[in-house]
Amino acid sequence: MTAAATALRADVARRRRELITPEGLALPLTIAGRGARAGALLLDLALIVTVLTVLGILLLAMGLSALDLETAQTNPAVELILVVLILVVFLSRYGYFLWFELGPRGATPGKRAMGIRVAARGGGRLTAEAVLARNLTRDVEVFVPIVFLLSGGVEWGTTGIAAFAWLALFVLFPFFNRDRLRAGDLVAGTWVVEAERHKLMRAMSVASEPPAAAYPFGEAELSVYGEHELQVLEGVLRRDNPRAQRQVMEAICRKIGWQPGEGDERAFLEAFYAALRARLEQDLRFGKRKKDKHSEAG
Amino acid sequence: MALSLFRRAEIAPPPDIEAASLRSDRFRLERERDWRRLEAIVEALEKNRLRRISDDDLLALPVLYRQAASSLAVARETSLDAAALTYLESLVRRAWFQIYGPRTSLAAWFRRFLGGGWSAAVRAIGLEIGIAFAVMLAGTAVGWLLVARDPAWFYALVGEGMAGGRGPGAGRAVLAETLRGVDSGEGLTLFAAYLFSNNAGVTVLAFALGFAFGIPTLLLLVYNTASLGAMLWVFADAGLGWEFAAWLSIHGTTELLAILLGGAAGLHVGRSMAFPGDRSVLVAASEAGRRAAQVMAGAVLMLVCAGLLEGYGRQLVAAPAARASIGAAMLLFWLAYFLLKRARPVASEP
Repeated sequence: MTAAATALRADVARRRRELITPEGLALPLTIAGRGARAGALLLDLALIVTVLTVLGILLLAMGLSALDLETAQTNPAVELILVVLILVVFLSRYGYFLWFELGPRGATPGKRAMGIRVAARGGGRLTAEAVLARNLTRDVEVFVPIVFLLSGGVEWGTTGIAAFAWLALFVLFPFFNRDRLRAGDLVAGTWVVEAERHKLMRAMSVASEPPAAAYPFGEAELSVYGEHELQVLEGVLRRDNPRAQRQVMEAICRKIGWQPGEGDERAFLEAFYAALRARLEQDLRFGKRKKDKHSEAG
Repeated sequence: MALSLFRRAEIAPPPDIEAASLRSDRFRLERERDWRRLEAIVEALEKNRLRRISDDDLLALPVLYRQAASSLAVARETSLDAAALTYLESLVRRAWFQIYGPRTSLAAWFRRFLGGGWSAAVRAIGLEIGIAFAVMLAGTAVGWLLVARDPAWFYALVGEGMAGGRGPGAGRAVLAETLRGVDSGEGLTLFAAYLFSNNAGVTVLAFALGFAFGIPTLLLLVYNTASLGAMLWVFADAGLGWEFAAWLSIHGTTELLAILLGGAAGLHVGRSMAFPGDRSVLVAASEAGRRAAQVMAGAVLMLVCAGLLEGYGRQLVAAPAARASIGAAMLLFWLAYFLLKRARPVASEP
């Protein structure tokens, strides 16, 4: 396993939270990573900008390029379009996030694409007020810094630098706390968690032949690996890639000192998986967990 | 027919439980059908297609949810089937989000909001409203005094663009001209929409800045009211004090009240973070944030009114007395609403 993969696993482990629901059930949650949240925000902003740009181009195409207050005061149609335009810009700034996060998915299109959603911190109900609060604060965290940067605010000398530091404090807020809360989350009592959907895969031991007959794995062979390796093996079997299966089979055979055969990779791996899982699950029932090949069962 | 979707899932042949060689897989196969039923219900809830859910399913939802949650607890201790565990975790989580999601629709929330939620939130932050009011008064006084001492301050406070020809030394006729109404209503919708969007931006900013212990909110309030004070002096100096006050008050009572509420909401968040009492800072901040959010939603509504009053009312009504009385009536209306509107007692939500 590479160092990067280890770091990734450690990061996911750090983001795991156990939430006790009002019925006293433990609900596993994973706090959304900063990358996923930044990605979601960028997607949402890109969507808003695209829609506004298309709207602008449409207006130009309709020959309304000469929109100004003079024509607006004489032509009611032009005035109406301008009013709608102002309201659309206003709503895309304040209404877009509000509308989507109040829906049953609790996520904007960007968040949905990244597999994350808004939830009430501490397991309560996500209320309309909370969503309102977190999105009103978004103004200083997102829109004010953007306007500041676009307007060249950095060039204002000392004031500019102070303002920049001030805004950076808001923007970088998720880096300063364990739960990756941004200022709006703090004020609203919310957090953003992973909400990925998974399909139920088929059960592993239904299809396989009773393993013991062809491959008599013994105590020595099965005590080599732990839960992590079992999960890796499960992934290899589910993906069903012959080359990967060959490699894994060779690796296992090297480890347990067997001679790998030809053409029976899948059968071998399925048998090994079933035997290993049966053994590890038996240990589990006696309260013994073996995390991976490096750890002792205990 | 939408229901056939579920039916098909329900009459799927039961998996051959005995064929599974592992005990944990047998455990899973025995419960799989309930999980899938729960998943179908949750899916429909997520898509907001409530009509697709049969009454039976809706009644079964809490039971199915609890079953899935306890399956998860058991599976975590007995099964090493990573895919099934991941599935169960995501299923339980999704079901939980639906069961504990926002229960009220936006419309229902809005009715409750107007029916007393808003005024209650406003009354709850009375102290901050007092502070913000004092700060706004002080800001106006500072603006007035600074310009009275040295008219050059005017341009520092108001800015060349916003001043628009109004300034110290401008002739009385020029100033009076800026207070005049227009004869027809054309172009006013645009003006109103622009004013609303602009003012709402400032108010939201005043609230959002409260996060940093409320200090930036105070600065924003002082700065904005100082320019008001400066403007006031200029007109008073030209002998147009009453006309200017009337011109301002037709929408100003609503608009300034909204800004006051926005600032007070920001202060409320800032104050409860600086002085959380015996709660933790996080709890204090989120309680204050939710209350302040209601006040803010109301402030934005008020700004819609202010935008309309400013865009239409002020331009079409030219007599100072009429302008002032509209302004005073609006102020009375808001005060009465905030102080007198109580929520009807309703059974608390389960």
